[in-house]
Amino acid sequence: MTVRVVEAPFDPAAELATFARGRSDVGAVASFTGLVRDEHGGERILAMALEHYPGMTERQLARIEAEARARWPLLDVLVIHRVGRMLPGEPIVLVATASAHRAAALEACAFLIDWLKTKAPFWKLEETSSGARWVEARASDDEAAARWERR
Amino acid sequence: MRIRYFAWLKQRVGVAEEELDLPAEVTTVGGLKAWLGTRHPRFAEACAAKGVVRAAVDQEFADDDRPLAGAREVAFFPPVTGG
Repeated sequence: MTVRVVEAPFDPAAELATFARGRSDVGAVASFTGLVRDEHGGERILAMALEHYPGMTERQLARIEAEARARWPLLDVLVIHRVGRMLPGEPIVLVATASAHRAAALEACAFLIDWLKTKAPFWKLEETSSGARWVEARASDDEAAARWERR
Repeated sequence: MRIRYFAWLKQRVGVAEEELDLPAEVTTVGGLKAWLGTRHPRFAEACAAKGVVRAAVDQEFADDDRPLAGAREVAFFPPVTGG
């Protein structure tokens, strides 16, 4: 298990190359990489700054990971989230899951990013040519997270 | 008690954190919001909009009815937008 909050750029390919390596019980690895886009709402994005709540962030990520492990038979989990200022094209977040079979890996990966987006204390500030603006939370993210709520 | 603000709420209030002695009648997150609103008018404005100001007590998400007894740190922030 690994949860990391990092300020420096990271390389998802390099992270995935070592994720679950050397294990012969892993039959499936799934991953999600979130990148900074250069456009939002028709406006050009020059850079993105990620603020977070140190301490609470790590606790929430660890809790979300524990929830994923309780629901699916995961053999390994990796969550890396960047904070600070980053440029379009750079990775913001990487989620990777390893399991014996694909369904658990794919579902757990989707669950982790859906819950991370609504339950981990990060805030995005976009820098545009007309100034900086805080990104508003989207109802679609709440809906994506809600589909994993247990009924 | 330490009060912390994040994202645009921090900019509205004008401080990232403050150390405050709460009056005895402030016993819940909701009560703290109302009291802080008397100190920071722009915080009160933000709280007036439903669902915009979220809270955490000792780094756990908390609703307005959450008691503050024993709490060391309360944070206020807008809905999260990471990932």
